[in-house]
Amino acid sequence: MIAEIGLAALWLSAALAVLQLVGGFFGARDETNELRALVRPAAVLQAVLCVISFLCLVWVFYVTDLSVKLVANNSHSMKPLAFKLSGAWANHEGSMLLWITVMAAAGGLIAFIERRLPERAMMATLGTQAFVGIGFYLFILLASNPFERLSPVPADGNGLNPLLQDMGVSFHPPTLYIGYVGLSVAFSFALGALLTRNVTPEFARVMRPWVLGAWIFLTIGIAAGSYWAYYELGWGGWWFWDPVENASLMPWLAATALLHSASVLAARDALRTWTIMLGVVAFSMSMVGTFLVRSGILTSVHAFAVDPERGSFILALLALYIGGALVVFAMRASTIAEGQRFSITSREGALVVNNVALSAILGIVLLGTLYPLLTEAFDVRVSVGPPYFNPVSAIFLVPMLLVLAVGPLLRWRRDSLARIKWPVIVIVVAILVVLIAAALFAEMSILPLLGIALAAGVGIASFMPLRGRSLRRTPLAIWGMCIAHFGVAVSLFGMAADSAFQQERLVAANVGDTIEIGPWEATLQSISPVAGPNWTAMQADMFYSYEGGPLMEGHPQARSFWAPPGETSEVALITRWNGQLYAAVGNMAEDGRWQLRLWWKPFVTWIWYGGLLIALGGVIALVGRVVSDLRRREAEARGEARPYPDEVEYADYDEVRSIAGPEEAKS
Amino acid sequence: MRWLVALLLLALAAPVTAQDTMPPAPYAYTQLEDPAQEEQARELMHTLRCLKCQSQSIADSDAPMAGDMRHQVRTRIAAGESPDEIREWLISRYGDYVSYEPQISSTTWPLFVIPLIVLLLAGTVLLRRMRRKS
Repeated sequence: MIAEIGLAALWLSAALAVLQLVGGFFGARDETNELRALVRPAAVLQAVLCVISFLCLVWVFYVTDLSVKLVANNSHSMKPLAFKLSGAWANHEGSMLLWITVMAAAGGLIAFIERRLPERAMMATLGTQAFVGIGFYLFILLASNPFERLSPVPADGNGLNPLLQDMGVSFHPPTLYIGYVGLSVAFSFALGALLTRNVTPEFARVMRPWVLGAWIFLTIGIAAGSYWAYYELGWGGWWFWDPVENASLMPWLAATALLHSASVLAARDALRTWTIMLGVVAFSMSMVGTFLVRSGILTSVHAFAVDPERGSFILALLALYIGGALVVFAMRASTIAEGQRFSITSREGALVVNNVALSAILGIVLLGTLYPLLTEAFDVRVSVGPPYFNPVSAIFLVPMLLVLAVGPLLRWRRDSLARIKWPVIVIVVAILVVLIAAALFAEMSILPLLGIALAAGVGIASFMPLRGRSLRRTPLAIWGMCIAHFGVAVSLFGMAADSAFQQERLVAANVGDTIEIGPWEATLQSISPVAGPNWTAMQADMFYSYEGGPLMEGHPQARSFWAPPGETSEVALITRWNGQLYAAVGNMAEDGRWQLRLWWKPFVTWIWYGGLLIALGGVIALVGRVVSDLRRREAEARGEARPYPDEVEYADYDEVRSIAGPEEAKS
Repeated sequence: MRWLVALLLLALAAPVTAQDTMPPAPYAYTQLEDPAQEEQARELMHTLRCLKCQSQSIADSDAPMAGDMRHQVRTRIAAGESPDEIREWLISRYGDYVSYEPQISSTTWPLFVIPLIVLLLAGTVLLRRMRRKS
């Protein structure tokens, strides 16, 4: 019964999407058309129904209703409750339902909240959102129904891939999906603005918080996914340039570029076509990612769906939406008037460099991910991995980071490097000192060396925009930017330090043996069998001491699952502020010794702390934007005109400063 | 017909099971004594694909085949072979697929030419911006 309610709610949502599209189409052509009144209620109701449908799916997993095929295939009565629930979306059908639920919720939210744009642009936006939604409703209802029943009902389910039975996975896909699908809003706003010829700073201001929200979730999702791979796969790697990882990185790169170019459009009315293009590209990358993961075209750790029929369905959707958007773009791009001009040594100029570099990196990741698939179609198998991605993306990343350090110090429109001479000198000296010191005193290869030096430069530079400001009166968006940029430095430092300084010990140890690794001593106290709800394991009881300090415990396990059968490594992590000791236990060798794998990874945790700081910066900026929008709305309600914070924060503030500033007075 | 299939399956299955039940090769889970050699081996292993796994290098995998390949790499390094020679040997045995470091060839040249074009394109965009005065 519950499954049928879920299915019915989904069909109703699909019908409402059609209604929303029709209403949006007529509303966008003619503001007075009465069908327009349907659009917002349809979007909101659709969101409610999709959430109901998704809750129904979670419910059948919660009670392990084995008459539902999806539950029988992916769950098991003995599985811990948390993983029963996460099993609802750790499979193809469930994840697609999650996708459409997030998409409907995002559409419902903009329909409910957003009233700043011209009505026609809004109708076109919601119509586009519905148009994209319909494709995914069809895909779910016709090709991947999550509520399909099974007869006869099996005695028990097949269980869930043991790698996925982990709290990280319960949390990781929903976060990523909110990010992926949240970008559909940017796509719809961009097309709405394009179709109704409303590419204005107002459009960028309206779109920006939504992009920021999606981007925060993507950032957290990628960081969490990386940490999950790090501790779950058991060999200490945290980024593999795996196609599935790349599939989440590409929308993030596009969204990061979009955020920065939307800032230019909002504050300075420049980069109009480019911002629209990025809005289209960002969600297109989400769809390409979904296609890669869900079509089974890849065989990788994360890709569990193998079904060519579905693959061609998603491919058709991709062609329709990306192709369609590009056609609209090609037809309308020439009608967008050129925005304000600016010199290259200006805030806009720096942001253009950032955008070009991010887009180039995106292009390279896309190329490296798709190229092996292309050659495979011609029966030539090649592998593209870290030795390709790392140096090639660094070509663009290094100049981008240099500009990142200096760009926020520049003024809008036109500036000179001479004005910010001293901060630039400080940054350059910091980079050079670290570069030379690291090259002299530590043996490092070129990329980690550059990484550490740039991390120092960016870290110091990240808070410089606060210089000369009253900290209490500095807008939250500026704080957010500083913290996010500082996060980039922290993360970069973690990556470089781990690559350069990690130590590895792979040994066969007897019980009682002590292994030295870097500043640590690890002692294997005993090995004992332990059992969990759906697994058994050999557990190594180990004690660790840092530089002869107090003993700490950690118990790596080699787990064997039985439903479905599989083996995983549960590692022990001893975390200090300056890094992590990583211990994993393998099999017993013939002579009765145990394989132990130990790594000392200096500053590795900074990678994810940095990721969290980047996301935190986004949250702070988002709060700042929303609060100032609300204040503005209140002021308007009182009948006062209030300038946009962008104008006050950057343009006017800088203008005022430059008029009063001594440097300008001289010239 | 059916016996032929059965025979084939048996022939295919035998080496696989043999591989799974054999004890791991000594250097699969232990390091070389010489740190410089181990460092060479480690760097090489991180750029070789585990053929039985999905997007993992042989240095990141529990698969028996990855273990055997690690053993091969370490023994050959210990015997004085250079990492490039070992990579060549593995490529001749398993094909280009085994190496994560694409070599420039008639099939892979776009991987190197396209970034170059992107670089030129990016440079041109920025130069044009620079010339244009506000």
